[in-house]
Amino acid sequence: MASGQQWVLVEMVQAFYEAPAYHLILEGILILWIIRLLFSKTYKLQERSDLTEKEKEELIEEWQPEPLVPPVSKDHPSLNYDVVTGPPSHKIIVNGKECINFASFNFLGLLDSERVKLKALSSLKKYGVGTCGPRGFYGTFDVHLELEERLAKFMGTEEAIIYSYGFATIASAIPAYSKRGDIIFVDEAACFSIQKGLQASRSFIKYFKHNDMEDLERLLKEQEIEDQKNPRKAKVIRRFIVVEGLYINTADLCPLPQLVKLKYRYKVRIFLEESMSFGVLGEHGRGVTEHFGVNIDDIDLISANMENALASIGGFCCGRSFVIDHQRLSGQGYCFSASLPPMLAAAAIEALNIMEEDPGLFRVLRDKCKHVHKALQGTPGLKVIGEPLAPALHLQLENSSGSRTDDLKLLRAIVDYSLDRQIALTLARYLDKEERFLPPPSIRVVVTVEQTQDEIQTAAQCIREAALKILK
Amino acid sequence: MTESAGNKNEDCHAANGVKAGRNGMVKNHHHHHQCQKQEEVYHAACNGELYSRPFIESFEETPMLVAVLTYMGYGILTIFGYLRDFMREWKIEKCHIAREREEQKDFVPLYQDFEDFYTRNLYMRIRDSWNRPICSAPGATFDLIERSSNDYNWTFEYTGRVVKDVINLGSYNYLGFAENTGASATAAGEVTVKFGVGMASTRQEMGNLDRHEELEKLVASFLGVESAMAFGMGFATNSMNIPALAGKGCLILSDELNHASLVLGARLSGSTIWVFKHNNMQSLEKLLREAIVHGQPRTRLTWKKILILVEGIYSMEGSIIRLPELIALKKKYKAYLYLDEAHSIGALGPCGRGVVEYFGLDSKDVDVMMGTFTKSFGAAGGYIAGRKDLIDYLRTHSHSAIYATSMSLPVVEQIITCMKCIMGKDGTTIGRSRIQRLAENTVYFRRRLREMGFIIYGNNDSPVVPMMLYMPAKIGAFGREMLKRNIGVVVVGFPATPIIESRARFCISAAHTKEMLDRALDVISEVGDLLQLKYSRHKVLPSLDRTVDEE
Repeated sequence: MASGQQWVLVEMVQAFYEAPAYHLILEGILILWIIRLLFSKTYKLQERSDLTEKEKEELIEEWQPEPLVPPVSKDHPSLNYDVVTGPPSHKIIVNGKECINFASFNFLGLLDSERVKLKALSSLKKYGVGTCGPRGFYGTFDVHLELEERLAKFMGTEEAIIYSYGFATIASAIPAYSKRGDIIFVDEAACFSIQKGLQASRSFIKYFKHNDMEDLERLLKEQEIEDQKNPRKAKVIRRFIVVEGLYINTADLCPLPQLVKLKYRYKVRIFLEESMSFGVLGEHGRGVTEHFGVNIDDIDLISANMENALASIGGFCCGRSFVIDHQRLSGQGYCFSASLPPMLAAAAIEALNIMEEDPGLFRVLRDKCKHVHKALQGTPGLKVIGEPLAPALHLQLENSSGSRTDDLKLLRAIVDYSLDRQIALTLARYLDKEERFLPPPSIRVVVTVEQTQDEIQTAAQCIREAALKILK
Repeated sequence: MTESAGNKNEDCHAANGVKAGRNGMVKNHHHHHQCQKQEEVYHAACNGELYSRPFIESFEETPMLVAVLTYMGYGILTIFGYLRDFMREWKIEKCHIAREREEQKDFVPLYQDFEDFYTRNLYMRIRDSWNRPICSAPGATFDLIERSSNDYNWTFEYTGRVVKDVINLGSYNYLGFAENTGASATAAGEVTVKFGVGMASTRQEMGNLDRHEELEKLVASFLGVESAMAFGMGFATNSMNIPALAGKGCLILSDELNHASLVLGARLSGSTIWVFKHNNMQSLEKLLREAIVHGQPRTRLTWKKILILVEGIYSMEGSIIRLPELIALKKKYKAYLYLDEAHSIGALGPCGRGVVEYFGLDSKDVDVMMGTFTKSFGAAGGYIAGRKDLIDYLRTHSHSAIYATSMSLPVVEQIITCMKCIMGKDGTTIGRSRIQRLAENTVYFRRRLREMGFIIYGNNDSPVVPMMLYMPAKIGAFGREMLKRNIGVVVVGFPATPIIESRARFCISAAHTKEMLDRALDVISEVGDLLQLKYSRHKVLPSLDRTVDEE
């Protein structure tokens, strides 16, 4: 190209003559091709656009959709609920009979506490019931801020965030951090709300066998090899491990110290779901981190619901501000939903006060759990699933009949027998088609601090009789 | 946002595509006695038989100058954002952002820098407009806790003072039931003492109380359907039940501006989702025809079922769903309709039964009626109502019934009392008068704002009133100026709205007296003049003040 903008015509013609022949021919062909493309007709992908209007109308007429919902038979086992009249506390009236409650997750017996009720009442007198808005739009009350501070202080973390629904807590927290392309390693026995959170996050999910650290390490090693193949991509893919402190489906603990070791070796973050272990394990009820003596800052996020030990409604997440603050703008269940009614938050604060004042409660609960676990051993035909310090155990059939419906019928018969004898039990409920790893049918037995030795013995006796009679 | 009818002079978009052929005069049964200029065209009662009352919606177009200035504003903010990030990186400016732990510095970063750019540089500047803590019931007025910030909104301190009696134009308190006195509060108080607050079990296990069943029967009779089911959280009602109704092989047609809970529910269901233009029945019809005629993409199998997801009132736009046309379409193409009445239940209709009653339609035509108790009933939770076989299916297959704790009893009691009040079953006319007052307040407020010259979006009857602000600086300024004058408003910007269409959103309540509304309007006018918010290019002549007891 000549310097400057001056295109001298003569020089152009000279260049034209000097160019090699193949070059000119190639350019000529390209120019002809461009002209052809410019003048050819554009075409769309061939759809069935050769249908006439009449044919379309016919198709619309003929189309029959499926019914909106498939019919449910009248004797579907989950259709008719057990009806409770009166407060759902230690002595509960189920289907008209007063029974001892072995079915509600009322671990610390706070559902019936007078202090909690009075605090909730005074909060109701000040604020009314509802908050009429999400947290961002005048739905933040001073009680919410106080509860978040108290929870953070109790757990020893920097910050906590409250949700108005226990199920939505972990289901909103996981998708806030893990997006498409990230990798989550999750235990097979994870509960349904974790599974929904995983589904909403659209990340790669890798399941490892329940509590099997070797299987997890194998998966982590495989991922490491993948990373080495593509280091640039590996630098932006986030990895998480999601486990529960005390699993609700299998009632056993996760091996937290080994998980923390794996965390630092393979650079994975840990999300811990502590709904069953908050207010149960640990010397002061702080959960599985206190139980194992793990530094709480090693866990990136702890999520729990306030519906079990705290006997209120809702859930919370706690951790470092770096992690938790992000949910205030990207946690769906937090930003787009009305906040927790202030009376329920006040009830949770009072329950937290009771927990802090009396740490002896947790030892009492643990002793009772051991008792119940021992008392239920040796039931003919039923085996106890769960650790001795788990407050919510499962009773499964030792020999399954092969069909899940039949198993459920047998277990239901045992539950009915117990209800007749004034022991309130319940079947553990699952959504059969949606659970990833459907647990076998079982009866849920819950231990609370309010149960006396006699009551525990009566219950164990009753279950033994029922098993003998029904499972011959 | 809505399609123009092809007439370029019209600022009022005729969203169903039908031109208002008449010369701008409105039909006689129009409630308002407004004088209108010839160019201001309202399409009233088009499609004759379908609409029994005039359907007046307007979304005035953004003035060109304002749009340009808004983009410029965002551009300047972005440049400053980059500058600030640079200065923070090189430690010239103090960095308030929380940091990762030392031990985890070599982990993959939890957040990407560009994800948070907007939060760090734009949202932080006006963060004091949101999350304002209050310390009283969210009624017509509330008490606000004063906050101050020394480091430009990175951290807040409480000054210890409480701003009393701030007029509440932000809470979703349509019928004024968010009060700490009255029949509902007393009933809830009694139940708290007798039953306690928690439930500790799921509906299918040990958490199903007789009060829950009574609530569900009441909801079903309130809406005029066969049966209903109640859940503890409105958001979760959508996200947990839509997956039970639709699955793989089904098609979901969802409105452009649907709420996050509907979008999440649709995504979790695994169905194919197609989006149609907001409140645009032509766009919906086109999609329906294409779906039925061509079937699923690639496999060409027919769809198992088609579910249309819409809302009664859209809270960011203030628009009301075109239900008569929608039901006609649904019947013609045999699709199923899921109507989310979160904002319209209790707020529309002469008896407060929602958008179905507002249009005088039959509730049996809507397959799934969903709503929440948070807004008009001053409680928490949601419901789904419809035919008995639908509710039976949900009782057995809903995620909430199996895995989520059931509703707290004081909340249930509050809903029962409020609902009975609205239905008139408690023997008083409080419910009736509240509904009337809400309708009057809505019409009055919207009319006055229009007369002042603000751009208001939405339907004339919707108690949600979005007022356009457009420019980013005005978002923060409006919120702060209103608070200085003791009025609490809600301002929304990106990403809840399109980037140049930030707005202030007023929620009218039956608890607002005329004096409160007048005071609020005076202040809004004052602030509007101060901030130059009166963008509207129509001149609406103020009409005679209507007397309060006119229906």
